[in-house]
Amino acid sequence: MKKLQYERPVITRLNTGVTNKFGTKTAFTPVTHVDGNEVKTLIANYGSPLFVISEQTIRKTFKDANRAFTTRYPKVQFAWSYKTNYINAVCNVFHQEGSWAEVVSGFEYHKALNNDVPGSKIIFNGPDKTEADLRLAIENNSLIHIDHLDELYLIKELAVEMNKKPRVAIRVNMDTGVYPIWDRFGFNYENGQAWDAINKIMLNDKMELVGLHSHIGTFMLSPNAYGIAASKLSDLALGIKKKYKKNIQYLDLGGGFASKNTLKGSYLQGVDTSPTFDQYAEAISTAILNAGFLEEELPLLILESGRSLIDEAGSLLGSVISNKRLSDGRRATIMDFGVNILFTSFWYDHKISPAQDFSQYTEDAVLYGPLCMNIDVIRENITLPPLKRDDHVVVHTVGAYNMTQWMQFIAMRPAVVMIDMDEKPHIIRRRETLSTIESVEMMPEYLKKFKL
Amino acid sequence: MNIKKNIALSDSGFVFDPSSGDSFSTNPIGLEIIKLMKNGKSADEIKKLITSSYMIDDNSFEKDLYDFVNMLQKLKIAEGEEKK
Repeated sequence: MKKLQYERPVITRLNTGVTNKFGTKTAFTPVTHVDGNEVKTLIANYGSPLFVISEQTIRKTFKDANRAFTTRYPKVQFAWSYKTNYINAVCNVFHQEGSWAEVVSGFEYHKALNNDVPGSKIIFNGPDKTEADLRLAIENNSLIHIDHLDELYLIKELAVEMNKKPRVAIRVNMDTGVYPIWDRFGFNYENGQAWDAINKIMLNDKMELVGLHSHIGTFMLSPNAYGIAASKLSDLALGIKKKYKKNIQYLDLGGGFASKNTLKGSYLQGVDTSPTFDQYAEAISTAILNAGFLEEELPLLILESGRSLIDEAGSLLGSVISNKRLSDGRRATIMDFGVNILFTSFWYDHKISPAQDFSQYTEDAVLYGPLCMNIDVIRENITLPPLKRDDHVVVHTVGAYNMTQWMQFIAMRPAVVMIDMDEKPHIIRRRETLSTIESVEMMPEYLKKFKL
Repeated sequence: MNIKKNIALSDSGFVFDPSSGDSFSTNPIGLEIIKLMKNGKSADEIKKLITSSYMIDDNSFEKDLYDFVNMLQKLKIAEGEEKK
């Protein structure tokens, strides 16, 4: 006789209370495949946990964003935000789609150069650019976005010494009605710092002021804030035109568009609350088009979106290590991935789907990672079907920041696989091993031996 | 461990405790275990019966049964000492 499919016994108390106006969630769909590849097979081949990047989703999301802006504004350029995900294969998908590179350190700058991005198409942001970084950026004719006056003066000195005219922009921070204001970066619009920096550049003639840059925040749920930022940058650009007869070539509105993740504490799901690319594009394009530029002098619009372009393309596949019961009776499920590789679980209630079929019975649980650390919590509360050891799950929308902010802590960082347009998997970053870590360690001679 | 005598069970997995007014929902395996316990089966007998008809090994089921019975006790559906 064939044995029946087993499911762990569960019992839950039925609570009566105020009805959720959205109804109770009773339907889960198991996610058994990612882009045509079976989760079980991917884990068997590349290990668990495993990051999976969907090339199809990256290209589709990029095309959506590009369409939203190019149908509203005549000159648009995206620049891939390296810090969001700088695995070279990921960067190159964006470069193939036409993105320039946006980097915030010498390390990222070299990564972009190694990926064969022309120096003139690298935007160099951030407060930490060393003298060597700036020399290289000036040599390569890159776009240097000045963050503070020390940097401005250093570039001026280097320009004289190298006898080159660096192409620069200033980063402008401003009140867009969203708080806190990110005023630690760049020069303030309202108190005149921005004009002060502009005057220093324009009157000195050692640098060419080609653009104006702002980056008003992260996971911005208000498209209107971008409209205000675009208006203020346009106002500066038109002021420069009036005062110095100089056309500003581009306005860079930075990034910060929200992805479809659900922020912790949010009542509604991210898929329902996050604005669409069309909403951001409408706010920004309208503000610039209405600012008063002559048609032939409209600046190029640069966007440095990272999170919103890559988050949905990333999934994390993982496995159940164990189930246990907490002292208050709650179910606790321990997964083989934790905050060490899923840094964003500090910010989001990630959507997590089982990767195998199950019945309609569910259980409330806390989802823990494998670290021997109390902070290693993936979800404080999640409703999942009864999972057993070695069952698999898929964590959705993890493409942004996890593969750059992950920690080699207690465990090794996992492999990353990209599934191409023909649904063929390619390994794009190998699983780390002990030798990866030890290759940079040194043992002093006198510590090599001991007796126990 | 015994299931309290007045606990009512429906075939769909609805469990009702008339003494407290609490109601519960359990899955088919859970229902089967409660029914076996109600019929006075011991943990070993339940293990034998379930592992012979479901795709599950002894150790895994023992772990799940232990957890489930603890929950029944916590929810005051079961009471008393475990039947050896």
